[in-house]
Amino acid sequence: MSHADTEHADLGRRDARVDAFDTVPGQESASDQEITHGVRTYLIGLALAILLTVLSFWIPTTQLVWGPGIPVALIVFAIAQMGVHLVFFLHITTSPDNTNNVLALAFGVLIVLLVIGGSVWIMANMNYNMMPRDAPMQM
Amino acid sequence: MTAADISAADPHWIGHGAHAATGHGAGGPASKRIIVGYGFWIFLLSDIVMFSAFFAAYAVLRDATAGGPGGAELFNLHNTALQTACLLASSFACGLASLAVQARHGGWYYVTMTITFVLGAAFIVLEAREFADLVARGAGPTRSAFLSAFFTLVGCHGLHVTCGLLWLLTMMAQAFAKGFRPDILRRFLCFSLFWHALDIIWVALFTVVYLMGVHA
Repeated sequence: MSHADTEHADLGRRDARVDAFDTVPGQESASDQEITHGVRTYLIGLALAILLTVLSFWIPTTQLVWGPGIPVALIVFAIAQMGVHLVFFLHITTSPDNTNNVLALAFGVLIVLLVIGGSVWIMANMNYNMMPRDAPMQM
Repeated sequence: MTAADISAADPHWIGHGAHAATGHGAGGPASKRIIVGYGFWIFLLSDIVMFSAFFAAYAVLRDATAGGPGGAELFNLHNTALQTACLLASSFACGLASLAVQARHGGWYYVTMTITFVLGAAFIVLEAREFADLVARGAGPTRSAFLSAFFTLVGCHGLHVTCGLLWLLTMMAQAFAKGFRPDILRRFLCFSLFWHALDIIWVALFTVVYLMGVHA
């Protein structure tokens, strides 16, 4: 065994010891390495994601939702599916060892909402103000 | 070097954190795996912030079709559904690959990574065909502001997936050449995070661009 191999094996043991207290996104709960449990988690995530995707594609073709409400329904399904992906595929949880990841995610979501919401709001407002006075109001 | 020697030379264990650290702030930094994963998570979030700017541009320019075709005439939802299925199954296969890595099982690793690659490549082929079809119908990125925003947003995601496919092949080659070493495991962790994040962005894409473009 070369020196490098010994060092890597040592690093691996050290990481395993230290990692009992912290998790990274994408990592199963460090205390539970059961593979069957992992497969079950991914299967649940896959089933929920398929359900939400099928609903997203199917709902607009039916009369179940009031026409103008369809975009709202689609956005709700999309946000739900992103949540499913975050929990079951990226393993972002509410446990204390995940606090750093959740806080970073919360900050990212804040910026995303500011950028998209702010742009849409400002541009809609500008379009409204740029309308000719005598033109019929079309929103 | 014993613990007493370290404590004498470095009372707060700042330079020796990983030997005693819990990652809770006391005792020094967390392990390299935690730090690498967290850093890559920050990168992914900033990548998502970049995508949000493209989404904002698309949302603002959605109706700026300059007399050209809009989303309802252009998009084929069967193609989009097929792409969605490919990418979701690919993300699932990548999850199974990370379980194979946890179990240090080489055979399953190569099988699941190959499935991940094939499904991801199918996604890219479907997207390339869609783009070629749009351009052939005179609805290329130069036709209207709406189509410029569409090609930028969807093309940027496609570019990410293409880079991810190259990264995937690299990870298979590195696992083959170097085995499941700690540094290779960290790289694989980053790759799997990247691949799952691309699927999350695709969820927003097929909802906002394709479904809302056709139905709303």
